[in-house]
Amino acid sequence: MKTQTKAVDINRSIGDFFYPEAHVRDAGAGLSERTIEYISDVKEDPDWVREFRRRGLKTFLEKPLPTHWASKDLEAIDFDKIRYYLAPGTEAKRSWEEVPDDIKRTFERLGIPEQERKFLAGVEAQFDSEAVYSNIKKAVGEQGVIFVGSTEGLKNYPEIFRKWFGKVIPIADNKFSALNSAVFSGGSFIYVPPGVKVKHPLQAYFRINAENFGQFERTLIIADEGAEVTYMEGCTAPKFNTPTLHSAVVELIALKGAKIQYITVQNWASNVFNLVTKRGLAQENAEVKWIDCNIGSRLTMKYPSVIMKGRKARGEVLSIALANDGQHQDTGAKMIHAADETTSNIVSKSISIGKGRATYRGLVHVPKHLKHCKNNTECDALLINATSRTDTYPAITVRGTGNAVQHEASVSQVSAEQIFYMQQRGLSEAQAMSLSVNGFVNDLVRQFPMEYSVELKRLIELEMEGSVG
Amino acid sequence: MSLVTHEELKQPSPLLSGPAELRELPEWFHDQQRAAWKQFESLPKPTRKDQAWRFSNVALLDLAPFKFGGTLSEEERTAILERSRGLDEVAGRMIFAGDELIERDVISDQLKKRGVIFQSLERAMVEHTELFRKHFMSQPTILGSAKFAALHQALVSSGTFLYVPRGVEIEQPIEIFHWLNGENASVFPHLLLVTDELAKVTVIEHFRSVNEHAPGFACGVNDLVAGPGAKVTYVCAQNWAENVVALQMNSTVVDHDASAMSLNLHVGSRYSRFESLSRLIGEGGRSDLLAVAVAKHQQEFDARTLQDHISPHTASDLLYKNALDDRARTIFGGLIRVEPHAHFTDAYQKVRNLLLSDDAEANSMPGLEILADNVRCTHGATSGQIDEDELFYLRTRGIPVSVAQRLIVTGFLDEVIQRLNHPAIADHLNRLIEEKFAT
Repeated sequence: MKTQTKAVDINRSIGDFFYPEAHVRDAGAGLSERTIEYISDVKEDPDWVREFRRRGLKTFLEKPLPTHWASKDLEAIDFDKIRYYLAPGTEAKRSWEEVPDDIKRTFERLGIPEQERKFLAGVEAQFDSEAVYSNIKKAVGEQGVIFVGSTEGLKNYPEIFRKWFGKVIPIADNKFSALNSAVFSGGSFIYVPPGVKVKHPLQAYFRINAENFGQFERTLIIADEGAEVTYMEGCTAPKFNTPTLHSAVVELIALKGAKIQYITVQNWASNVFNLVTKRGLAQENAEVKWIDCNIGSRLTMKYPSVIMKGRKARGEVLSIALANDGQHQDTGAKMIHAADETTSNIVSKSISIGKGRATYRGLVHVPKHLKHCKNNTECDALLINATSRTDTYPAITVRGTGNAVQHEASVSQVSAEQIFYMQQRGLSEAQAMSLSVNGFVNDLVRQFPMEYSVELKRLIELEMEGSVG
Repeated sequence: MSLVTHEELKQPSPLLSGPAELRELPEWFHDQQRAAWKQFESLPKPTRKDQAWRFSNVALLDLAPFKFGGTLSEEERTAILERSRGLDEVAGRMIFAGDELIERDVISDQLKKRGVIFQSLERAMVEHTELFRKHFMSQPTILGSAKFAALHQALVSSGTFLYVPRGVEIEQPIEIFHWLNGENASVFPHLLLVTDELAKVTVIEHFRSVNEHAPGFACGVNDLVAGPGAKVTYVCAQNWAENVVALQMNSTVVDHDASAMSLNLHVGSRYSRFESLSRLIGEGGRSDLLAVAVAKHQQEFDARTLQDHISPHTASDLLYKNALDDRARTIFGGLIRVEPHAHFTDAYQKVRNLLLSDDAEANSMPGLEILADNVRCTHGATSGQIDEDELFYLRTRGIPVSVAQRLIVTGFLDEVIQRLNHPAIADHLNRLIEEKFAT
């Protein structure tokens, strides 16, 4: 049996702190052409990026909010009050020693253990908009792997960067991808050369530490033929009263036979709008796998997608969402089959606590004349309280014969019998509930890298505190 | 047997010219119709961007060519009556052609004596005004077709009214025929079925076209009310001509301990949209929603459902099966909604698509919205094709491929039909499916 002492190690106030801001570069609040020009000037963007931003802004202003299907809560975002760009005035760092002390303290509060840092293959940590710390482990560098901030990537590796940038997620994909295209800064650029298998996961930690400040990182990962890479992204943020916007764009490109695994643990503060576009492209025999955990934020809208463009490509989304009071986790997955013998798998588990709302929104598309495509979708929802809410909205299109698609979803709650049984064995109701919930997500969590599964279990226990009795 | 005829002459005028004032209907009903017409005109046309019309071919909903039906000649009337063959044994029958009641087989004196009312809608509005006004289109149209429900209300001129009082069980089914007659003709079928406590009734509606090639438009609304402990079974056999655009909005209200079962068979029409709203308003209520569709050629079947659990301790079970051939398309948009406080809900929803051709397309949107606790809700959607092993097995038994395929498809669909537990109706529906395969 699990002891309770472990769970007490972390408490909810973990994100409730911030250090004095010292932003030397601040574009001010609101979004206009001037903001875009300012960002381009400060970042010394090449002309094509400047033009890209302008198109992004134009599209963003033209597109309406998707409120005909999405949450009306989106209307609460005041785009004029958001600061779209600011940087702490530090350039990307090569070594840990060069990182300012207060930022180091921040990382410590985040609980990144010393041990783990050593373990990291390379760290791209984002403090506000700019990459503060970037360290590529020697071994990875020697293999020819490029792991830098997106700004550095577009400047130093334009021939690879430009070829793929904005190709999987075009500017006009949706309103928020357009916004990101206009004001993006930060994020990672990774290129893994043919045949290189990156042994250790590449990690990046993101934080928001400025009121009303939206974070618009842009990540582009390219795994060349036969390459393999795992990328991890984890988020925590301090609490503020005014809504904060986080709108990232992540593009993954897995060339022939390559494998990319992208892992996210999202734990933004409960006032954050987290509106993210994530999409991967899988060529022949390639595999793109999204592992996505959403625990924090006020409203998250995120539907990781895979376009299976080459024969025998595979796509997978494993997702866990936890919605507590005042939270709406609107997550899901999109699987676009565009070649024969492509297979995809979606497993989604959500837990709604208190007045929380968890939504699964999915899309599976198998167009004409494809053969032997397969999709499997499973969505399970767990309701903890009478006021909790869960929704499932899948959309599945299948054309032609020779394909097999199945979708299944269920909604249930922890059975009274289970709780009674555990109480009989001396556990409190809350402990029993926590154990049941962990059991509910266990088969998914086990597929996560070890350190993430430990962190996740603790986070779930934290969220469960006070939800029963 | 009595023959009911309409005195007024209906000249075919365009549908979009609005409601005719000629009909002898109560003034309050005319007022409602005028209001409904205004609503129809003010509501926007559906677009694919509406979630309720996602994947639908909304371009087919151009009503400009359609006209009101003209009057029937004596020969036409005889021919239609001749062709109105459904079940062998029924408790009562009504036959409509172009929204005109052309024949009515009345119910037995015994049933009449026990208070069963089976009459035309226009008579019921006069003779049973209170009951009529209480239930006629009393449920909101929330599955997307509010505009077309308004159109129906504005233009409906006849239909069936059936009231089954407390404790009365009608053993044989009640049968209703609706015929579309003439080029670009339109009909607005309506069934208002009210059952009181512990009553029991089965109704089957046949939708057919006189001319198998004539384009036409059908826009129907059914109000089905299952009183406490009542058992209501509703079957619809939709077999319009393959150029017809059809919309049907059904609502079922299920009171405590009542059970409602509906089965829709779709074989006809160019485009058929069927909206089924099932509201479970009392504890112990149960609703079964079944549908079978055989889509061929360019046909498009667009089913939208809502299993609305309002009261605790209610159950619903949906099973929709589509077999798609040629360039046919099907859309299923279904939602199980468990309202706050509707605890101990047990809801199930399953849609299965069997694709028989490379150009067929099946869209499934099974949805769940759960706002209560202690529920058991499951849904599933599958799309696939005929199992090669099954086909091989049948071929080794000397059955030709085409026959084997048909056997497998009928077997696939028959699972739904057998749920009705009514051999005579099952035979009839299976015959329609057989005929469809022959085309």
